Amino acid sequence: MTSLTPFTTVTGHAAAMPEENIDTDIIFPARFLLLTARDGLGRHAFHDRRYHPDGTEVAGYVLNAEPFRAPAVIVAGANFGSGSSREQAVWALQGLGVRAVIAPALGEIFHNNCLRNGIVPIILPPATVAAMLEAAAAGAPFTVDLEGQTVTAGKADPVPFAIAPERRLALLNGWDETDLVLARFEGAIAAFEAGQRRIQPWLYPEDTTA
Amino acid sequence: MKPRTLYEKLWDSHVVADLGGADAAGGEALLYIDRHIVHEVSSPQSFVALRARGRRLRRPETHLAVADHAIPTRQRGTIDDPLAASQIAELEANVREFAVPYAALDGPEQGIVHVIGPETGFTLPGTTIVCGDSHTTTHGAFGALAFGIGASEQSTVMAAQALRQTRARTMKVELVGTRHPLVFAKDIALALIARIGANGAVGHAVEYAGPAVSAMAMAERMTLCNMTIEAGSRIGLVAPDETTYAFIRGRRLAPQGELFARACAYWDTLRSDPGAAYDRHVTIDLAEIEPQVSWGTSPNQTLPVSARVPDPAQITEPSQRREAEKALAYMGLTPGAPLLGTPVSHVFIGSCTNGRIEDLRAAAAIALGRKVAPGVRAIVVPGSMATRAAAEREGLDRILIEAGFEWRFSGCSMCVAMNDDRLSPQDRCASTSNRNFEGRQGAGGRTHLMSPAMAAAAAIAGHIADAREYVA
Repeated sequence: MTSLTPFTTVTGHAAAMPEENIDTDIIFPARFLLLTARDGLGRHAFHDRRYHPDGTEVAGYVLNAEPFRAPAVIVAGANFGSGSSREQAVWALQGLGVRAVIAPALGEIFHNNCLRNGIVPIILPPATVAAMLEAAAAGAPFTVDLEGQTVTAGKADPVPFAIAPERRLALLNGWDETDLVLARFEGAIAAFEAGQRRIQPWLYPEDTTA
Repeated sequence: MKPRTLYEKLWDSHVVADLGGADAAGGEALLYIDRHIVHEVSSPQSFVALRARGRRLRRPETHLAVADHAIPTRQRGTIDDPLAASQIAELEANVREFAVPYAALDGPEQGIVHVIGPETGFTLPGTTIVCGDSHTTTHGAFGALAFGIGASEQSTVMAAQALRQTRARTMKVELVGTRHPLVFAKDIALALIARIGANGAVGHAVEYAGPAVSAMAMAERMTLCNMTIEAGSRIGLVAPDETTYAFIRGRRLAPQGELFARACAYWDTLRSDPGAAYDRHVTIDLAEIEPQVSWGTSPNQTLPVSARVPDPAQITEPSQRREAEKALAYMGLTPGAPLLGTPVSHVFIGSCTNGRIEDLRAAAAIALGRKVAPGVRAIVVPGSMATRAAAEREGLDRILIEAGFEWRFSGCSMCVAMNDDRLSPQDRCASTSNRNFEGRQGAGGRTHLMSPAMAAAAAIAGHIADAREYVA
């Protein structure tokens, strides 16, 4: 059932994005949604922040300077990943090499999309994130230990983070969620349908139109 | 039994398996998914994932597909953009291969996912509804647990008809008081988001209640629920009632005859019980709400139309000050200047937020006998072909065209700017859509969110105007 890269411990530089409401339109502008592939989207990540209209790089943008061109972690202000449900935002981060996102609050659909793609979403108190934003900007290496559920910025003490136990297990093992649901719950799903059919038969058009 | 809210009843009635992990928000469960709406932009990778594993759809009849995001609205029959054409061809090949019911691009039921779900009777109370689109919150107006999901989750729903979800906390938003006739659900939603913030409802399912909600037609309830995602919540709800049932009755995919009566009896049981507890309460007095206009690049950056552009120098909270500075720089606005009179180059009336017949009527009522100001490009994009046809039967198209608006075919159009309806850098648009994000309506474009009446007034005036001054 393994299909994603298992996540154990990731260490690397973190790009600091000290700004609130970095929505998925900023992470992956809508015009690139016409592409139907999911690979190779990293070059469009944060496109309109990274590039001028003529395609040259915007000097001073965090992702346009070493060592942040391919960050392992993004540390951001509240509501990162809000807005559109587009999973391309996560695939684009994946394309950059991002394996964890840290913020005081995350867009909820984005949060779930991260979990489905081997990216660990980490929600921490605003003061903790503020300190991590500074550490990230200063180039401190970040370590995300999913086994131990901690994130460490530079020489600071490891900070524990919360994650639903089953989600953690799935990330650690790289399990495919659909496989997991079908293997564990196909019987329960069929039993649910049998019960619902009796109470809400109008939800089963196939019974009358077949 | 403990009194339960509408959300809790919807949740409880769809739990296939409790997955535990109870954190503060109440843990995870595998939820049964009754309905899935599919569009061309978020679904290709879902079908690829199915095909790669040799999977089929568990219940093809529970899905409904349509092309809406990338399609042109100037014409039907041809698609000039080769990438959009190939994306739509891919959707059509997928629905054929997997036997998904499809509202054809050139057919009478085509429209925006969140407009045609209700119009066809696909959207029903008491159901779970998902779609690869964040504005799936819209369907909560029917008392359905409806939320946006990603492409990977869509693939799971297709194969398993079930999805792992985290239980939300609950928030009750009570609307009381009497509103001005030119204050609409859009204004109420924007005022709410301005008050609680763009992430003010994260982790919560929001239920709208109170006398003003009971009195609302379905279109306005849908606008409220639609905008709930802009407060950070994936779920907006209104309890089903006679207004809901009257809307659903007789629609093609709704239960018919005796089954409809049975369904209504079941739907009656979904309303929140007296004494049910919510985690948070917000009360809004509609008498205090003016028509609203967004001034920034997040929907919470919204003010009454009579207000002035905020001055960051007077904002003490540092992160809010930075956000305001950034937004004003992008928007090209002067601190302290009145919002009224801000010139606009474009007007967009449409979207899943405000593309319904009631919205077009509100715009036409302002436009009647007037002309779009010189230099303003104003387009009206009905939310569906059925809405367009209904508007034409009422003569709304003639009023709008006579006034100088362009009358388009349905689609998401300039709300998501994936087709050729898009702003150029520094264009300024009065828009009935849902997001004023940077670049949302085209790279460098500047969006002011407002109601259809306000957008129509801006088109006539050539600048941000107060719709209340345009009625007798």
